[in-house]
Amino acid sequence: MTAPQTTSGLPARGGTGGAASTGAVPPATVPPAGAARRPRRWRAQLTAWAFIAPVVIYLVVFYAYPLYRNVDLSLRAYTLRSFIDGTAPFVGLQNYLDVIQSTTFTPALINTGVFTGVSILFQFSIGMALAVFFFRNFRLAATLRALFLVPWLLPLLVSASVWAWMLNSESGVVNAVIEGAGLHQINWLTSPQWALVSVIIANIWIGIPFNLVILYSGLQGIPSDLYEAAALDGANGRQTFWRVTFPLLRPVSAITILLGLVYTLKVFDIIWIMTQGGPVNASTTFAIWSYRLGFGGESPQLSPAAAVGNLLIVVAFIFGLIYIRVQQRVVRS
Amino acid sequence: MRAPRSWWKTIVGVILTGAMLFPIYWMINVSLTQPNELRKDPPNFFPVNPTFAGYSKVVGEQLPYLGTSLLVGLGTVLLTLAVSAPAAFALAKLRPRGGTALNFILLIAQMIPGIIMAMGFYLIFNNWGVLNTIPGLILADSTLAVPFGVLIFTAFMTGIPDELISAARIDGASAWRTFRSVVLPISRNSVVTVSLFAFLWAWSDFIFASTLNRGGDLQPITIGIYRYIGNNTQDWNAIMATAVVASIPAAVLLVIAQRYVAAGVTAGAVKD
Repeated sequence: MTAPQTTSGLPARGGTGGAASTGAVPPATVPPAGAARRPRRWRAQLTAWAFIAPVVIYLVVFYAYPLYRNVDLSLRAYTLRSFIDGTAPFVGLQNYLDVIQSTTFTPALINTGVFTGVSILFQFSIGMALAVFFFRNFRLAATLRALFLVPWLLPLLVSASVWAWMLNSESGVVNAVIEGAGLHQINWLTSPQWALVSVIIANIWIGIPFNLVILYSGLQGIPSDLYEAAALDGANGRQTFWRVTFPLLRPVSAITILLGLVYTLKVFDIIWIMTQGGPVNASTTFAIWSYRLGFGGESPQLSPAAAVGNLLIVVAFIFGLIYIRVQQRVVRS
Repeated sequence: MRAPRSWWKTIVGVILTGAMLFPIYWMINVSLTQPNELRKDPPNFFPVNPTFAGYSKVVGEQLPYLGTSLLVGLGTVLLTLAVSAPAAFALAKLRPRGGTALNFILLIAQMIPGIIMAMGFYLIFNNWGVLNTIPGLILADSTLAVPFGVLIFTAFMTGIPDELISAARIDGASAWRTFRSVVLPISRNSVVTVSLFAFLWAWSDFIFASTLNRGGDLQPITIGIYRYIGNNTQDWNAIMATAVVASIPAAVLLVIAQRYVAAGVTAGAVKD
């Protein structure tokens, strides 16, 4: 993918004196041969790692340790008493068994799959259509494209609240339009068959800008002479898209979809604000289920919550690893 | 021939953008609607009889929340910059052993669902006694931005010519001095990008705030809105007024720093 802001010509600023303006490589950087080489390399490595040390410590303390605590938590029976005396009996995989046998497991699994799959399908196709549309230069194209970013920048909680009110059964603007067309109002957030649809609609809306921007940058990478050649061969718009644009955009598309998968799997705010996963479990995904177990009720069930979270992380990791492989292949080619 | 066609596209573009931004228009419209007209059916599509009662409620009740969010956002920016910029310099220019592995770990780190981090932090913060505190929230929120920061900085700093670095070394500058006086000033653009995103994510965070700061005295604006929704569902014009105010940083960002935003999306491709 494109690196950010590589456009500026890197002016030689700062306390480097005039030396920076000369393009020649100074001879001192050539490593001297023989015995002097090893200690110098050691020193260089030491310096490099001194710069990296903060981030490594940070990753250990604020990523690895919480994850470890989470795994540990899921293997114990942690109760309110555990907070006070710090002890919790080890129960092995019992929490995982309980979670998998729970009546919430199947609906949560299906909802997570449907929510993720349908969201991505629509985000991607709408984002692609918009990217292709905005790629043809017309007046205001750049400004309008920038405005499309707004939904992505809003706090998720704000977007979710707005959608919750728009989809309100009695006073929402969506139902007002539907009734204006002579149809019956839909209980978007409160009926079991519409709750999941509602949160998917809101999530698609939030995800479109991301897909648009990435796919647009992909379009910029396609050489324009390919389009000219297609035009010379007499290809129409549709043929150009399916024979030139779409195949060449495949690597970028793969990255967009995989990133979309990873990020959609962990969507929490939108669903929690709009439906809290309800009614009953109609819009409960793994992320919502985990939160509800751990923080949603009066008595926190942290251990099962951790087990659900760890199941989610396994799925996210699988897609994450595929993403990294695809991305590395794209970078190499 | 060309001019009328491109005007046609502009009109379509405006209509599409209008449809996309309708929820935002609606948020502003509702925030200006009289409370007794909120339940009107059909609703007012334009603020015909605008009221600022919702906004005066925001000023009266939500200012402490906004202040907390500002503080948490700024703290997150500072912590993120301090941790990620030096590491990126080393990864980009000092060829550390194990650098590739570190890059890989950072990519993976971005993919961990927030709810899992929140649970781990809950236990750890409970031990450390930083539950319900602003420093605790800053620490948690920074995990949203640090991997992104390292990746953005590395991408940018790799583009700095090696001659510039070695010239500084010849002039007798230490690695730290080179980083501070040569590399950082050149990397101003990426500093802006990373700061903007770190601030925005901390400002927008709800999952850490709602788990790690459930009972604190100082809570961020996302909790302020959430409380409103939970407590008085009738008062949607105040909720929407708060939502409008909470969206201001995003709007400011887009106006003053649009190119950084687009660069950030494409380079890091983070956030759902």
